[in-house]
Amino acid sequence: MIIRVLMALVVAVLFYVGMRGAKVVPKGFQNVTEIALDFVKTYISDDIIGKKDGDRFLPIIATIFFLTLFMNIPAVIPGLNISPNARIGMPLVMALIVYVVFIYAGAKKYGFFSFVGKSVVVPNLPPALHLLVIPIEFISTFVLRPATLTIRLMANMLAGHIMIVLLFSATNFFFWQFNGWTAVSFVTIIVAIAFTLFELLVIFLQAYIFALLAAVYIDLSLHADSH
Amino acid sequence: MDIVTLAQATETSFKGLGAVGYGLAAIGPGIGIGIVVGKTIEGMARQPEMAGQLRTTMFLGIAFTEALALIGIVTGFIF
Repeated sequence: MIIRVLMALVVAVLFYVGMRGAKVVPKGFQNVTEIALDFVKTYISDDIIGKKDGDRFLPIIATIFFLTLFMNIPAVIPGLNISPNARIGMPLVMALIVYVVFIYAGAKKYGFFSFVGKSVVVPNLPPALHLLVIPIEFISTFVLRPATLTIRLMANMLAGHIMIVLLFSATNFFFWQFNGWTAVSFVTIIVAIAFTLFELLVIFLQAYIFALLAAVYIDLSLHADSH
Repeated sequence: MDIVTLAQATETSFKGLGAVGYGLAAIGPGIGIGIVVGKTIEGMARQPEMAGQLRTTMFLGIAFTEALALIGIVTGFIF
């Protein structure tokens, strides 16, 4: 809870400092925030949704990306140790926001019931197959999407946290044996550092994938009629 | 006693079934991610100018494939 508030404050302060009195020609820290925002715009929203609709959904996708990224970072900060995303609450909230947004995107374009119908019914099928296909499409669109978003983020951060904890506590245990086992601690500390570096990759990749999937789901509900 | 009641009465004290379950759950996604990344590299080698688009699609494919392995981790903790 404290870590969540802390990291939310960090995001807010960073962007406030970066974008305070933003000028056309950026200077100093404004460069960094602009590069970060430009990354989200170029590689996530414009790339997946397209230029026209991408700008409309850029704020929510950028928010989700930076919130996920900064909530992931405590996984490798000594003293904070665990990422808030390793508990179910934070990923669940963000997945529900994505859920509301992609239903809103489709409902705005097609009308709510027409959108649900279009995304559930696959056209040009033999009539009997609809019995089978409609429940599958419904579950995969409206149940499995937020569930897999939540579980993917949570399980990734949790697994990384458990690996790092196990390796560092094994190092501690073996080192204080002061016999032959002490030698093992030098192996585990090297593996622990390697896993910390891998965790850095996972931190960025999971934030990227979360934002990418949010963009993909929004794009799919904007084109609900073309399966 | 027939065999069904015997099987019900047996209580196993075997630890670590969750880890075995995760090991089984990791086989499929491991092969799957291997195929996804391998095919993307093949595509990139044939057409380097498509590399950016292929990379994005590769991450999407990895995300969908990997979900099964992660569900494997979670079920190990729950059941």
